[in-house]
Amino acid sequence: MARMKFICDSERCIECNGCVTACKAEHDVPWGVNRRRVVTLNDGVPGEKSISVACMHCSDAPCMAVCPVDCFYRTDEGVVLHDKDVCIGCGYCSYACPFGAPQFPTNGTFGLRGKMDKCTFCAGGPEANGSEAEFEKYGRNRLAEGKLPACAEMCSTKALLGGDGDVVADIFRNRVLVRGKGSEVWGWGTAYGRPATGGAPPAKPEGKKS
Amino acid sequence: MIMRTVAWVLCGAAITLAACGEKTSGAAKKSDVPAYQGSVGASAYVADGWKAGDQAAWELQLRNRMQGQNEYARIPTKP
Repeated sequence: MARMKFICDSERCIECNGCVTACKAEHDVPWGVNRRRVVTLNDGVPGEKSISVACMHCSDAPCMAVCPVDCFYRTDEGVVLHDKDVCIGCGYCSYACPFGAPQFPTNGTFGLRGKMDKCTFCAGGPEANGSEAEFEKYGRNRLAEGKLPACAEMCSTKALLGGDGDVVADIFRNRVLVRGKGSEVWGWGTAYGRPATGGAPPAKPEGKKS
Repeated sequence: MIMRTVAWVLCGAAITLAACGEKTSGAAKKSDVPAYQGSVGASAYVADGWKAGDQAAWELQLRNRMQGQNEYARIPTKP
């Protein structure tokens, strides 16, 4: 299997926040922490576009590069995860991430910053797959249950695609060819590399214009 | 005088190098178990169609599930 990736099709996203709700419910994410959120560009203006944003599990993840305690690791499927027992909550990853993915729950009486929390691609953490300890720290491990991330599977318009990069790129490419527009994928180049540097573009603007 | 200077130098060196013997207190990063090994708990939630530990079956299961996001594979195309 190739690397796991997310694609958000801004032509389809209707800003329903179903992905956000699915993520919150699936992992019992605490108040104040949003592993996934929907961002609307040009809100209220005709032609506005919405995109669902979370950790993109970048090919060359900047969070991994800047972490002073080296708490990040990458699974065989390319999912970027971290060990909360090692994280010191310094926040460097938050400054490095181009997607604003790292979240920090307030912890304690004086609102101290807790350990970092982020999207796990529903792959849990280093604890035993599906264990209570894993759920408490990272949420459900759907990959170990033979499932895909809850946000993508719950998406009502299938704007958010998650899975093997080659497969989701093929699905998206087919859509673009059929509708003849909307080939831009926000964040793809930033997360997985520009076409010139090896990252394959998910779609080519070809086909009939609608 | 020389003895006193040597004593001060030795004291300074001892203080300076005191931290070198300190062991790191940070926890070591744990290794993760691959997802295809399956889930230890909540077996009621595990999807059917694959067996834990079989990487090929797990990959096939996920690939089939990925096609669930492709409505062109689920609905007939226009005539």
